[in-house]
Amino acid sequence: MSGASPTTGAVDSVFIFIVAISLFFLVLITFLMIYFIIKYNKKRHAKAEDIHGNTTLEIIWTVIPTIIVLFMFYFGWKGFEFIRNAPEDSMEVSVTARMWSWLFEYPNGVETDTLYVPVNTPIKLLLNSQDVIHSFYVPAFRIKEDAVPGLQNYLWFEVSKIGEYDVLCAEYCGLQHAYMLTKVKAMPQEKFEEWYEQMRQETQSTYASSDSTQMSIEASPKTSMAGSRLVQTRGCMACHSTDGSKMIGPTFQGLFGREVVLIEDEKEITITADESYIRESIMQPNKKLVKGYNPLMPSQEGQLSDEELNAIVEYLKKL
Amino acid sequence: MSDSVAGSLAAEKNFYQEKTHKGILAWLLSTDHKRIGIMYLFSMLTFFLIAVFLGFLMRLEMLTPGETVMGAHTYNSIFTLHGVLMIFLFIIPGIPAAFGNFMLPLQIGARDVAFPRLNLLSYWFYLTGAILALLSLFTGPGPADTGWTFYAPYSLRTGTNVALAVMAAFILGFSSILTGLNFITTMHRLRAPGMSFFKMPLFCWSLYATGWIQILATPILGITLALVLMERWLGIGVFDPVKGGDPVLYQHLFWIYSHPAVYIMILPAMGILSDIIPTFARRTIFGYKAIAFSSLAIAFVGYLVWGHHMFTSGISDTSRMAFSFLTFLVAIPSAIKVFNWLATLYKGSIDVTPPFLYGISFIILFSIGGLTGLILGALATDIHVHDTYFVVAHFHYVMFGGTGFVFFAALHYWGPKMFGRMFNSKVSYIAWGFLFVGFNMLYFTMFVLGYMGMPRRYYDFLPEFHSLHVVATVGSWILIIGIIIMFVNLYRGFRYGPRATMNPWGGTTLEWKVPTPPPLENFDKIPEVKHEPYYHPRNQEERQ
Ligand SMILES: [Cu+2]
Ligand SMILES: [Cu+2]
Repeated sequence: MSGASPTTGAVDSVFIFIVAISLFFLVLITFLMIYFIIKYNKKRHAKAEDIHGNTTLEIIWTVIPTIIVLFMFYFGWKGFEFIRNAPEDSMEVSVTARMWSWLFEYPNGVETDTLYVPVNTPIKLLLNSQDVIHSFYVPAFRIKEDAVPGLQNYLWFEVSKIGEYDVLCAEYCGLQHAYMLTKVKAMPQEKFEEWYEQMRQETQSTYASSDSTQMSIEASPKTSMAGSRLVQTRGCMACHSTDGSKMIGPTFQGLFGREVVLIEDEKEITITADESYIRESIMQPNKKLVKGYNPLMPSQEGQLSDEELNAIVEYLKKL
Repeated sequence: MSDSVAGSLAAEKNFYQEKTHKGILAWLLSTDHKRIGIMYLFSMLTFFLIAVFLGFLMRLEMLTPGETVMGAHTYNSIFTLHGVLMIFLFIIPGIPAAFGNFMLPLQIGARDVAFPRLNLLSYWFYLTGAILALLSLFTGPGPADTGWTFYAPYSLRTGTNVALAVMAAFILGFSSILTGLNFITTMHRLRAPGMSFFKMPLFCWSLYATGWIQILATPILGITLALVLMERWLGIGVFDPVKGGDPVLYQHLFWIYSHPAVYIMILPAMGILSDIIPTFARRTIFGYKAIAFSSLAIAFVGYLVWGHHMFTSGISDTSRMAFSFLTFLVAIPSAIKVFNWLATLYKGSIDVTPPFLYGISFIILFSIGGLTGLILGALATDIHVHDTYFVVAHFHYVMFGGTGFVFFAALHYWGPKMFGRMFNSKVSYIAWGFLFVGFNMLYFTMFVLGYMGMPRRYYDFLPEFHSLHVVATVGSWILIIGIIIMFVNLYRGFRYGPRATMNPWGGTTLEWKVPTPPPLENFDKIPEVKHEPYYHPRNQEERQ
């Protein structure tokens, strides 16, 4: 198998089968057409002959294409069965899509924005979306499935060669659709295990020091660092800048203590951004909208733990 | 328009000379099917040319990576507008509204359609929809950026002017329904004595099949779009998952209309080709009934295949399988038509005129479009190429290579009858050369790009796609040169060219038996039909 994943071969073989037959018919049709136009041109063939039809021919060119397309359907379906049924022992990773980035969550709680996988291991992705419809697409593996809000879709692949493979969002999802890109990075088994364990420890130690039983007001450098990473992996940066520039959403720079004009129930109100406002804006972003922006942000209710929310708030205070 | 043809045939007044009102009102208030057809034709061509220009801008943007001439937001609005104009204002009303209106009553020997005033009303709906679509560009928060498919929940969330664009499509639907209703009734009630259903030209059969799709499928689009509006205004939560709605339901409803709509776009083109080929092969059509019934088969099976647009959306594997199976079945009647057209060339006496050349291009381009449709219909391969340039290439081959080229063929074929003057054939051949080369360079490249993994509706691209994007963009320039040459030639011809005779092409159907341009009431005396539509008397003489 030469493909980057077994799914690649499954799709390519069906493709070649259909293209070969199609090419035959295209050449046949084009040849006959040109041949008839030349042979029965009025210069050479001044007298036309009326032929009203031929039942035998009609039957032949109904039955033969029918048989052929049934074969095409069958092979297409068989290939599809293969790329739809993930092996039992697949490693499951959940994928959250949102405008305009991807979040991968491993069974041990590790979260990344790039998909790291071991080679020669079937990987099953559980797809979900936080806002609009996206589509997880890896051209090299020939696989694609939509990430639909409120629905859990899936797909699987198995990387056969170490390397990096492009992941693209294939369902139009707004302004930065073309930049909703990431990569599958396939590593040797041992290296992956190493990375996986290291990431697990990092994730745990981040929150071990912060008080998990209540919301800590006290900022620790560690929580703010975790906040900075969360803001990256959770895709906040797709819409909010940290340098004051205006993107889809308002900038994070100098947010804390800034006067903001909000629209609530179609009325304008002005408030000073404080901690409770920031918390509310993350959990119920569309309740009070900053004037001049659209209600595009998905609620993070249930997406962030208390520790994580704290970490983000701490981080935002510093900007 | 009217001056150019005034007084072309001295004896009888042609329909341009019979005015019920003054100035522009002579058009806007006329219930004459010919005037309405011409109004549709000019309105549609205007939108077509605007949409071509937008396509040109999109290709220009894709010439280089990153920003070339516009930002991402503008690009997203432009591909949306390109789609909305091409689909709802050009190709869906398309052939039926322009050529169907003008030619159907002539072809079946009637003085007008069954409901002339309803016909005018449907044009007004069209005009209202078009004006709303244009208004949506210049009012409110800016043009819609959803793609012509208005997929939820994006279309519910975006701050752009989706509501007005959706309302435009909603109103255009009524125009389509009324036209379909009118044509079906006309064919049932107003055929000339002796013209049985099986003596109708095949263009009429295709309009008949199309009419049923227009009547039965369009209301579903109306309901779907109305739900989008209610969702945006009242937040009813049918499609929005946050409110317990189902975004996949939107896709079902949208494609239950929009797949059959593909046949609204292509069937009439197949009908015109079935008229053009026997005219220039100087012989009768091969397999009249096979072609007529395959139109009905396409119209019927076409209702049942909408799910093939949703193979990656998360619908069940069983329904994916069923939709794939049905999709393959709908390919068969199209294949039957192609074989019958080829057989019609056999033992003909072929005259390669511009209408024939443009028309016959359909066979190659539509075959490429149809055969690549098999790749999209097969489950395994569709998963890979869905939502890529492969799909874009496929539907441009079918819609532009198929319907578009036949539309051009029809302009050459029926234009002289409609406007009373003749174009320059030589220039037409040159334009065809540019069109054919440019078209294939532009869209065939997209098949390759799509299989390589270039997603559609992307403002930017990965470096490996660059060279092919350059090829496609250069192709678009050649194509547009062809379009310009062709339209300039047609305009000059129909305005200043030599007067056209009653039957410049040797056509056998009834529209060639009335003066050029036709008089207001079409026929002095309603003709009696004795022969099949493609009856060439000369062929009979030779044999006896
Ligand atoms: Cu996306
Ligand atoms: Cu379809």
